[in-house]
Amino acid sequence: MPVSDEERGQKSEELLGKLQEKLGDYILESGVSLGDAEVRIRAEGVSDFFRLLKLDSELAFNMFLDVTAVDWMDEREDRFEVVYHMLSLSTHHRLRVKVDLPEQSPRIASVSQLWAGANFLEREVFDMYGIEFEGHPDLRRILMYDEFKGYPLRKDYPVQGKQPRIPLRAPEVENTARHMHRSELVQIGRG
Amino acid sequence: MKELLNVDYGIGGVTTHMRPRKEGDDLHSETMILNLGPAHPATHGTVRIVAELSGEKILDADVELGYLHRGFEKMCETVDYNKVMPYADRLNYVSPIINNVGWCLTVEKLLGVEVPKRAQYIRVVMSELSRMCDHLTCLGASAMELGAFTVMLYLMQAREYLWELIEEVTGARLTISYGRVGGLKDDLPEGFGDRMAEAFTGIRRHLDNSDRLLTRNRIFIDRMCDVGALSAEQAADFSLTGPLARASGLDYDVRRDFPYSSYEDFDFEVPLGTKGDNYDRFLVRFQELIESMRICEQAMENLPDGEISLEDPRIVLNPKDEVYSSIDGMINHFEMVIFGVQPPKGDVYIPVEGGNGELGFYTVSDGTGRPYKVHVRAPSFIHMGAVREMLLGETIADVVPTFGMVNMIGGECDR
Repeated sequence: MPVSDEERGQKSEELLGKLQEKLGDYILESGVSLGDAEVRIRAEGVSDFFRLLKLDSELAFNMFLDVTAVDWMDEREDRFEVVYHMLSLSTHHRLRVKVDLPEQSPRIASVSQLWAGANFLEREVFDMYGIEFEGHPDLRRILMYDEFKGYPLRKDYPVQGKQPRIPLRAPEVENTARHMHRSELVQIGRG
Repeated sequence: MKELLNVDYGIGGVTTHMRPRKEGDDLHSETMILNLGPAHPATHGTVRIVAELSGEKILDADVELGYLHRGFEKMCETVDYNKVMPYADRLNYVSPIINNVGWCLTVEKLLGVEVPKRAQYIRVVMSELSRMCDHLTCLGASAMELGAFTVMLYLMQAREYLWELIEEVTGARLTISYGRVGGLKDDLPEGFGDRMAEAFTGIRRHLDNSDRLLTRNRIFIDRMCDVGALSAEQAADFSLTGPLARASGLDYDVRRDFPYSSYEDFDFEVPLGTKGDNYDRFLVRFQELIESMRICEQAMENLPDGEISLEDPRIVLNPKDEVYSSIDGMINHFEMVIFGVQPPKGDVYIPVEGGNGELGFYTVSDGTGRPYKVHVRAPSFIHMGAVREMLLGETIADVVPTFGMVNMIGGECDR
């Protein structure tokens, strides 16, 4: 069935009403933006909010679609905004959740215990924006290499930024290739 | 889930985060680390899988991405909205039109406009042709890796028919840039419907042949059945979408559940698997090919007449004769070229059904001609998060069909 913008807006309003009733304590503001339901929540309530969002039988947001961040630099008081996109397969509701984080050591609770799919996505946000996800099982860079300096998607990272050349790993680092009886191959790279 | 040993050790100067661990017995006391990729013939994308093996069995696997990272999202912040189109082509380069359509819909949503019905139908036709290219490539390459070289030739021939159609419409074969904000680059050429029907006859013949060669083939079934299986709950847990999720029985298709670009006008089935193994993934893709052809045929049959672009000079370039003959036209042309489309402030997330699953564009506009932020929900990237789970406990030979059926597209995965 074709869904017009008004219908979508109405559906979003219904969802927001339900959210206010059940999870009102965590919500700072809510609204409909271009037909999509959107809420802004407190940073310290993230893990509880998402647990209830997933486990509540009426809300049942079982799909964690996406998480990313927006860097607002000097435009807002809180520099970073983490944006989650959720989907409920049973009710076909979509929800956008926003959380504000300060510029100094931005930290937020990880939701990878609730959805395994959040693991890689949170790693990407950490890689690109330097936002730390507390309780993440394996928080390391994912698209960039470990020695990369800075966070490329922050607005203060230059578009044509140059990175220092990285040296080969120090020889004292135990090399697992040795266990594969291929030490001569490794020696070539070291010379 | 087992915990990764998060230690920095090197193989040939590259970090692996893994090292062999002690096993219990007296004879072979350590497991073996095997490095697959980043350039391995069985990985048709640059990705590295570090597998920890006990004999042939995979005890643990670390999937490393990022070898094709080109900074798509950063580049998008430096160009205007229409110039993102060529970058979007290079996300999932096997089905570029779907990326174009997704991006166009995102900007059009910000602008609050809707393109004419004819443009919507043409977008559907071209999206489905792209989806078929994607599935044919995936099935052909995977079949070849399991030894069925003939099938690969049949399916590549089928894809060639489609690429000829696409070339005829857009002028290019791979990186197409056919979408425009507010419409399309060109209308369909004269007699396109007939040539499409002809191509579909050829494709159906090749699909029949491939079906006979593969679907009941003992070797193929032995390699695919019960390998890399995920249940519906696991699929939802790992945020899988598209053919992978549907093979696990997760009944979700963006085209049907959140119709965009007039998909609600078409009658098509969403195939579902039961076991969620590689064989189901193969069957789902195969069935989707047939459904895509049905959608194309319906769209060509009911193709509405009319314009293919909006006529708003703030969104679409003026026609050239107006630019050369009237002062307004010239001013509009310059404004468009220099400042570009300028959507009002706001943010929007638009999902479309890509070849691999839900392809979402999240865009923040600050009111200027350039996007403030672009983020792509790339299905390949998210699917790679589930590869470890699929591989645990399987043998090293199972990496090949599993990775083939996940159908990672490097450009989309690493952006």
